[in-house]
Amino acid sequence: MDYGLKPLGREKLWLWLMLTPTLVGLVFGTVGSLLATLGLSLFDWDLINPPHWAGVENYVQLFENKDYIEAFVNTLKFSALYVPGVVILSLLVAILLNRKIRGVSFFRTVYFLPTVTSAVATALVWNMIYGKETGILNFVLERLGFAPVCWLCTDNAMMSVVIVNIWGAIGEGMIIFLAGLTAIPRDYYEAAMLDGANELQQFFSVTLPLITPSIFFQTLISAINAFQAYDYIYMLTRRGQGDSSVPVAVYSIYRNAFHFFRMGDASAQAIQLALLVAVFMAIMFWWERHYVVYE
Amino acid sequence: MSKSVYKTLLDIISYAVLLFGALTMLIPFVWMISVSFRVPAQQFSRNIIPNPFTIQNYFDLFRDLPDEVFLYLTFNSFKISILTVIGQILTCAMAAFVFAVVKFKGRDFLFALLVATLMIPPQVSLIPNFIIFKYLGWIGTQLPLIVPAFWGGAFGTFLLRQYFLTIPRDLVDAARMDGASLFDIFWRVYLPLSKPAVAALSIFVFKDAWNDLLHPLVYLPTDMHKTTLTVGLAFFQQQLQLGGKFTVLMAGAFLSILPLLIIFFIAQKQFIEGVALSGVKR
Repeated sequence: MDYGLKPLGREKLWLWLMLTPTLVGLVFGTVGSLLATLGLSLFDWDLINPPHWAGVENYVQLFENKDYIEAFVNTLKFSALYVPGVVILSLLVAILLNRKIRGVSFFRTVYFLPTVTSAVATALVWNMIYGKETGILNFVLERLGFAPVCWLCTDNAMMSVVIVNIWGAIGEGMIIFLAGLTAIPRDYYEAAMLDGANELQQFFSVTLPLITPSIFFQTLISAINAFQAYDYIYMLTRRGQGDSSVPVAVYSIYRNAFHFFRMGDASAQAIQLALLVAVFMAIMFWWERHYVVYE
Repeated sequence: MSKSVYKTLLDIISYAVLLFGALTMLIPFVWMISVSFRVPAQQFSRNIIPNPFTIQNYFDLFRDLPDEVFLYLTFNSFKISILTVIGQILTCAMAAFVFAVVKFKGRDFLFALLVATLMIPPQVSLIPNFIIFKYLGWIGTQLPLIVPAFWGGAFGTFLLRQYFLTIPRDLVDAARMDGASLFDIFWRVYLPLSKPAVAALSIFVFKDAWNDLLHPLVYLPTDMHKTTLTVGLAFFQQQLQLGGKFTVLMAGAFLSILPLLIIFFIAQKQFIEGVALSGVKR
């Protein structure tokens, strides 16, 4: 690309001054710390004694570490429930709102509220709602004739946490899908109507194919968020010693690094998380090339 | 005829689904507010309307928590979030201007590298950053939460650069004719013309900083006079639940989301734009 203003004389200095914060960020915040984490993952270090060379030992141990395997599997399970949940429900809301319905702005505001407010604050009230004897959710269930459920006990905690996470994410997905839906040219629908397609047929022949870029995008974002899910899980499932009834990968990293000060193990786990993100993105972009329709 | 019946049916289903969803979205907030105005003995009552109605919990929040902790937490959250916004806007805008407007060697490579860092999960930076801050003696201070805000970021830079690219180039040429320097053009032409993008990014950055739990938990986990509302509330959850005072806890939760609710209702458009654009993040 050949756009741009040529800096004159001393302005070269200004140019690099203006870039300095970003360069510092690249060195300490992102690129540099990725390399540093990679380096740290090859040592055993508790921040007190001198670091010990461990080679790939930390990575080998990950496959023998039951806690970590459980956390990693939990992250995958969580993602497998959360991602389709967010994508399908927020797409549904966006489609219904796109039907030229009354009160669109009211609904949009309401669905967006959980996205605005902190997970910490809303988790506090979810904790009350989920209460076994005292929660309103079980109260409603009992009124409807169902047996009460222990929502945050080990067996159900995963499901309960996924529900709250989806609740908190629908607003964001809805906005992205609404943007995608309003971008579809009206001519397509008019052509479909001339062919006698009803609303449902129009949805499958026009809307769904043309919304695939948004679906792709939202799936990608939701999955990356799912791999890094932390706030609600911390607030709803934590126990002593940095433990949790639904330990996920980020939990395990946090716990190893800042409770046990096993920097090597924690770094190896962080690298594995980064790899998971990278592999997932590679798969998604492959999928995009083959299945996503761009106009 | 049957077509309109079909449409009416679809309309009814749409409203039913949307209303059910809206109720699910709202009930936690309604419950939070409701419990915060009850007397502690009524905290588990199933009545939505508090009876008797009391604002005592809000006083307790400031009085019963020792040493005005809640005031400190609120002040700290404001301080850290506002400084984060200032840092991010300044440093991202400078970089975005350079990438969008100036021609220099290595520009495209550097920008591509910056955008690629969007793919690095933040947890990866956490460990080396913690170690650096520990050696600087910054653990237990607010510096690890504030300083990184001043080293730019891929998301803000990318977003502002996209906006800067839409500003007509003639303005740059005209400013040059008048003898404006590079920094003048940035400060007097680009920044004032980019208010919508700056507003959307500010709101988004503020929200993220205000709601952040992981970073203050790592850097400021225990000192309730230095840490943020999120860590404070997580801490009180354990404390207050033991004393059985959900009413006070809900008052705290409601006050902690109030600033963002107010911003949201005032600047809904920018808010939604910021989050829609945040899709580019992460």
